Amino acid sequence: MSTIEAEVDALRAEALEALAGADGEAEREAWRAQWLGRRDGRLTLRLRALRDASPAERAALGKSLNDLKARLEREFGERREAARAEAVAALSADAALDVTLPGRPQLRGGLHPVTQTLNDCIEVFAEMGFRVFEGPEVEWAAYNFDAVRIPADHPARDMWDTIWVDTLIEGERKMLLRTHTSPNQIRVMEQSEPPVRVIVPGKCYRQEATDATHEWMLTQIEGLAVDEGVRMSDLKGTLYAFARRLFGEQREIIFHHSYFPFVEPGVEMAIDCFICRADGSACRTCHGTGWIEILGAGMVHPEIIDNAGYDSTKHTGFAFGVGIERVAMLRWGIEDIRHFYQNDLRFLRQF
Amino acid sequence: MKLPLSWLREYVEVDLAPAEFARHVTDAIAEVEGWEAIGEGWDAALMRVAEVLAVEPHPNADRLRLATVDAGEGPRTVVCGAPNVAPGQKVAFATEGALLIDGHTGKPAKLKLRAIRGVESAGMVLSEKELGLSDEHEGILTLPADAPVGAPLAEVVGDVVFDVSTWANRADLLGVLGFAREVAAVTGKPLREPDRARTHSATRAGEFVSVTIEAPDLCRRFTASVIEGIEVRPSPLWMRHRLLRAGMRPINNVVDVTNYVMLETGQPLHAFDYDLVRGGEIRPRRALPGERLTTLDGLERELDPEMLVICDGGGPVAVAGIMGGGDSEVSETTATVLLEVANFHPGSIRRTSTKLKLRSEASLRFEKGIGPGLAPYAQARALHLLERVAGGGRPAAGLVDVFPTPLLSPSIKLPAARIEQVLGIAIAPVAVHSIFGVLGFDVVEEEDVFTVTPPFWRPDVTIPDDLIEELIRVHGYERLPSTTLRGALPEARPRPLERVRERARALAAGLGYQEVVNYTLTSGEDLACLVAPDDEARARPIAVANPVASQHAILRTSLRGSLLATYAANRRHEDGAMRLFEIGVEYLPTEADLPHERPVLCAVLGGPRLDRWSRPGPEGLDFFDAKGAVEALLDDLGVTAQFAPLESHALLPGHTAAVSAGGEPAGVVAQVHPAAAASFAIEEPVFLFELWFEPLTRAIPARPDYAPPGRYPEARRDLALLVPAETPAAALLDLVRSHRSRGVRAFADVFDEYRGEGVPAGMKSLALAVRFRADDRTLGERDVARLERDLLRRFEQELGAVLRG
Repeated sequence: MSTIEAEVDALRAEALEALAGADGEAEREAWRAQWLGRRDGRLTLRLRALRDASPAERAALGKSLNDLKARLEREFGERREAARAEAVAALSADAALDVTLPGRPQLRGGLHPVTQTLNDCIEVFAEMGFRVFEGPEVEWAAYNFDAVRIPADHPARDMWDTIWVDTLIEGERKMLLRTHTSPNQIRVMEQSEPPVRVIVPGKCYRQEATDATHEWMLTQIEGLAVDEGVRMSDLKGTLYAFARRLFGEQREIIFHHSYFPFVEPGVEMAIDCFICRADGSACRTCHGTGWIEILGAGMVHPEIIDNAGYDSTKHTGFAFGVGIERVAMLRWGIEDIRHFYQNDLRFLRQF
Repeated sequence: MKLPLSWLREYVEVDLAPAEFARHVTDAIAEVEGWEAIGEGWDAALMRVAEVLAVEPHPNADRLRLATVDAGEGPRTVVCGAPNVAPGQKVAFATEGALLIDGHTGKPAKLKLRAIRGVESAGMVLSEKELGLSDEHEGILTLPADAPVGAPLAEVVGDVVFDVSTWANRADLLGVLGFAREVAAVTGKPLREPDRARTHSATRAGEFVSVTIEAPDLCRRFTASVIEGIEVRPSPLWMRHRLLRAGMRPINNVVDVTNYVMLETGQPLHAFDYDLVRGGEIRPRRALPGERLTTLDGLERELDPEMLVICDGGGPVAVAGIMGGGDSEVSETTATVLLEVANFHPGSIRRTSTKLKLRSEASLRFEKGIGPGLAPYAQARALHLLERVAGGGRPAAGLVDVFPTPLLSPSIKLPAARIEQVLGIAIAPVAVHSIFGVLGFDVVEEEDVFTVTPPFWRPDVTIPDDLIEELIRVHGYERLPSTTLRGALPEARPRPLERVRERARALAAGLGYQEVVNYTLTSGEDLACLVAPDDEARARPIAVANPVASQHAILRTSLRGSLLATYAANRRHEDGAMRLFEIGVEYLPTEADLPHERPVLCAVLGGPRLDRWSRPGPEGLDFFDAKGAVEALLDDLGVTAQFAPLESHALLPGHTAAVSAGGEPAGVVAQVHPAAAASFAIEEPVFLFELWFEPLTRAIPARPDYAPPGRYPEARRDLALLVPAETPAAALLDLVRSHRSRGVRAFADVFDEYRGEGVPAGMKSLALAVRFRADDRTLGERDVARLERDLLRRFEQELGAVLRG
């Protein structure tokens, strides 16, 4: 064995032994500085000293030292990678998280279920080209009743128990809290020419006692489409689209005969009961009939069309009114309408 | 309305099960809200019709008797306590095991027989109570004489009573006959009209009574008939049963006939004791001012000239169409009856009954509008019945019929094309003829136009589209296809305020606020706690005349009260921070017009901030949580706002800021004054903010501010300044923002505020992070040093602020 080989062997043995003994990131980095440091690493210095060696010796020794350097760099890299892998493994194993612990709390609010349902309804109708309009909640009796063909002495006024504003104008009560969104049929037609295709969302009020299915403040969407060529079959198609979007693509709807003074013909729309699927059980939702009443609708009475300055022989229209709380109750299976305006956070946070 | 199937079947065959029948009716006629099946659970073997063969006293009890009955299996003896049991009666008979209503508990129980006072009983003769028909248990139920012995009881007494809700324009549906007409049309079965045949005496009705209508606008027709030889007594069993089942109490045969015919035809009738009608004359006229009449219910009513009264020779005897007076009432001594069947103006009846707060079965029908043609029909039917049930009564010949303006049902022209225009489908002429035919409408077709005359009982049908409804409901709505709206879309009008409002709603939820929706009617006390008495717009809220409850008597002019109440209610079960918001309107009164409904977002917040484990921590929400939310909302909307100290009712001074945007007041951020919070039972610090959407919408810039990202890095200097305590931080920030020097712009943020040790009294320490930016170069050390020096000089000169040593 030549002296060169012996020297390189000795260096290698010493360096590798030291590397093996280097524990942790800091000691390993110290080892690298000691052996491979650019300025005064032992191997660096030794290589630099080759400049003074004879050409023959320089070639042989140079190769050996450079091999050694490559070896040490490789060993160091492997040690480092192994140590990192070990640390990561330890992170996964020893420092494993209980991932079932709760996350750090974030601020999170929410929209009221009536707002959410209203927005979903508006979206369906907006996609069918309906514009949105809003009218006043405190309304003239003339709009709420007379203009929609419910004069003062008409028994149809019994259909809407009214909260009146306690202000006398010319000695009479003329203002009320609107009992339905229908006066906006008039307001919309006063302000626009056909084609009319509009929905009017908003709060309505009824002078009635509350129970699980009745609330004196409620939210409605009125729909109105008036133009040449608007047909009752279009009403059915429009309400089909609404029912299927809100309650599922399989829904069927039917019309029942009904009466509202401002439409002719007038109907109630019902959807097939998706709770019991008409299995004949004593269903709480449809009362065993297999159908759930959803809304009232019909063809706009020709008198109303003419009063708007349109021509009822040419222009026809349909209108409908949906109670949003009822839709929300059906969507989520809410059993009592009074939850909506009690605003218990334990209720509201579920939506 | 209660609609007994057994009664309906007198006029039309019904072979549908109740559920199916209800569906047909609901689809095309009126809404069936439910039904009660009588006899549904009666066992056919255990509950049968029996005949009473003999009645003997009970050997051991004075008040009991032994009846021998035959229920088809030979004579058997039963012990019976009823006073009215008599031989020859058909009775309801139950044997051991029958499910009956227990007379004491009122609950269903199986019949167990035992010896009564030493005599074995083979069964039980039943009262209405045991059958669940009524509370009547004094006497046994007696059945019609033709009831077959041994027949299951359910076949004889069983029935289905439908509860039907009819329409405000259909008086005819408030009669079983009117309903039967519709059922016949829908099911294709023939209609059997009730018998109206009658005899008459030689005397004409006109010789007994004269009728003069003095108010033809309110009384459109008045018919009178007279029937002599009446014996007033209870009606026959079948009539009493029908009345009871339809929900009316039997009185006597005469009154029962008027009620029966009303329930049958929908036309109200009124019977007077002819001998009590003074002067043999009837005058429908407007009441005189202050005129009084005691009605059958015993109340004295004050009348006015808007009301129609029926007068005899001596004065008012009835409030027309609503209720008779007590003086001319039919009683046990009545021998001659004057029967009034009239037609009154529906609006007038409605107005009068509303004013008198008196609703009767008659007024409910009149106010819906009855065809004047129905009066003679009801007269004929009533006379037919009175002849049979009132002890040999004999009608005078003819009617007195005063009909000043005989309005015949006008005919209506319905072009075939209109049907398709409205419905979207054509209905074949043969079907049109058939549907109108079964509904009793006359129809003539000429050149694609149907000329249709509605029958006298359908005054509600007046225009072509009314006829179209008749066609489609009978034709079947299920035949109406679903189509899509055609034609041009209306123009889309911009709705900037609603856009801002909805964006704010979504963002508030995103910022951790839970939306609530409160009642918009509140109480004056709640509002007074929160609104300054001198706030012209808000301190004079609008009241409602008939609130559902006293705490909902006024329209809120502020949302604060509702939100604080909701906050307090939830605090009972929430232990962490709460952030609630509502978007609604403030109803601000205006002069003689509808109120201004001012749209607003109001939020309240407070309570301990949650720690990492979502548990309430030591630190509570504060003013700057509220302000931070406002800043985030405004920033999102692109609105530049100013905050300035404000003193305002119910808000804590020194902790209240006015928000203004575009030079207008646009909102408020504040801690609620502890006294105001306490009036809502809130003891912890609670904060609120309000933003009004009208000024906010006006303040949104047409084009949002934009600047490209700087190409050169910003230079930053942190400055700690001693500032007079009363100087707002905003003043320093404004000064920095206004500073311009050789194309350099300066910006600043506050990153600390400190008062206390090391800071002289009357001063505070503010730490500012100041940034300098030039658009054309990287700023050097010397540039920055100069800018800093200039700023510090201005701070000192303009605001008395110095660098902290």
